[in-house]
Amino acid sequence: MSRTLETLAPILLVAVLLGLWETACRLTGVPAYFLPAPSAVAAAMAQDWALLLGSAWKTLSTALLALAFASLIACSLALIISTNRLLEKAVQPLAVALQVTPVVAIAPQVVIWAGLAHPDRAIISLAVIVAFFPIFSGALTGLKSTDPDLERLFDLYGATPWQKLQRLRIPSATPFILEGHKVAGGLAVIGAVVAEFVAGSGGSQGLAWRILESSNRLQTAKTFAAVIVLSLMGALLHAVLQASEQAILRRFRGR
Amino acid sequence: MSEVASLNAVEVAYPGRGTVLGPFDLALPEGEIVALVGPSGCGKSTALRLLAGLEQPTAGTVTRTPERGQTAVVFQAPTLMPWADATTNVALPLELAGMAKAKAQDQAREALKAVGLENAIGSKPAQLSGGMAMRVSLARALVTRPRLLLLDEPFAALDEITRRNLADDIHRLWDQTRPAVVFVTHNVEEAAYMAQRVVVMSANPGKIAGQTTIEAPLPRPPGFRTSEVFRNAAEDVSRDLAKAMGHIQ
Repeated sequence: MSRTLETLAPILLVAVLLGLWETACRLTGVPAYFLPAPSAVAAAMAQDWALLLGSAWKTLSTALLALAFASLIACSLALIISTNRLLEKAVQPLAVALQVTPVVAIAPQVVIWAGLAHPDRAIISLAVIVAFFPIFSGALTGLKSTDPDLERLFDLYGATPWQKLQRLRIPSATPFILEGHKVAGGLAVIGAVVAEFVAGSGGSQGLAWRILESSNRLQTAKTFAAVIVLSLMGALLHAVLQASEQAILRRFRGR
Repeated sequence: MSEVASLNAVEVAYPGRGTVLGPFDLALPEGEIVALVGPSGCGKSTALRLLAGLEQPTAGTVTRTPERGQTAVVFQAPTLMPWADATTNVALPLELAGMAKAKAQDQAREALKAVGLENAIGSKPAQLSGGMAMRVSLARALVTRPRLLLLDEPFAALDEITRRNLADDIHRLWDQTRPAVVFVTHNVEEAAYMAQRVVVMSANPGKIAGQTTIEAPLPRPPGFRTSEVFRNAAEDVSRDLAKAMGHIQ
């Protein structure tokens, strides 16, 4: 199969599905509040593009800020507890509990703690909680997965714990940390959107608010438009993080 | 010749596995190359780790005169830092010992030239062949001019031609400073070629089953592999190994 055909295949599939959807809507006359035709969604996007882009940037910047905070907290915590097995045993169950607790379950309380007048704080905190675990888990695994022979070599040459951390453990953990950030990037967007939903405040003005607002008004085409922008934004963020990961690893390994 | 290191009636036991080595004695005079040969699990690598100070014996004593940084190990795999170029890998022991980075890198480049890798100075491990990576590992071991060099099956993952070239390189480099060398291998011919003394070990627990001294100059003269001395030495080692494995009485 040619490379061009492989690239075109998903585009063609989407085009066919959109064509079928458009045709079905026109033939059946289904009401637009129930299922808008793709042309109606496109029109909504064209009409509200400035508003949608502003909201997308709001959600994206929240997710990126959350990713930065999560990265700082998770990497620091992983560094500290990787040096002490007892500390690791103590922290691990709490970290897992944090990961398996659905963010929607704790969101209302976080909103209250952050202050009802500050939904942004609650949204960022919730997105940090969601993005924390993959980075923490990746960093901790990486810090503990050094080549045992390299460990022996460092011991043989009398390396101090600081030299081992700086020259062996952190570089060994780099691929794991990058992978953790890639996963966490997507989760940070999901966390931010879920938190915007739960905060349920127009003060946040993110994409979730656009979805809530339009669906409450039965403007389903606008809801679809916001969802599509959200998907594209998530895919773009994933692609950027993946490309960055590959570029860094190429430089890191020399190929 | 003074002794660089020795294992004196050492025993090593692990929980659940019992005694894996010993009682075992091995004296290493300065400048001697000793090969340890034996079946898998006979404790060759354990003996090497005891000599390196990376493991402590359950019983017996280990004496080592080299100070910190004067013992070097080459493992079965090149064991290089994949994120660092060849020079940085080789400079590692010097930098860990506190040498200034620029000076350590200069010495590392010299060590790489000595193993024939002047063109790979800036290459990362993934850009090197198996033989080249093992040469970097050897350069890293020799850059500190060790008094005790421990080689743990360094040729295991290499093809025959690379093994032969690297064996001659090790002899050539050894000749410059003449450290005591312990060379662990499964290969009888390799042991007979590399060492002045071959110690054959039996397993469960690892003990000395026989020793062969090879009276031939080091580095080996051209054509040594086809000489009678080499053939006789390899036969003696093979016989000891067969006895150690219980194949002959």
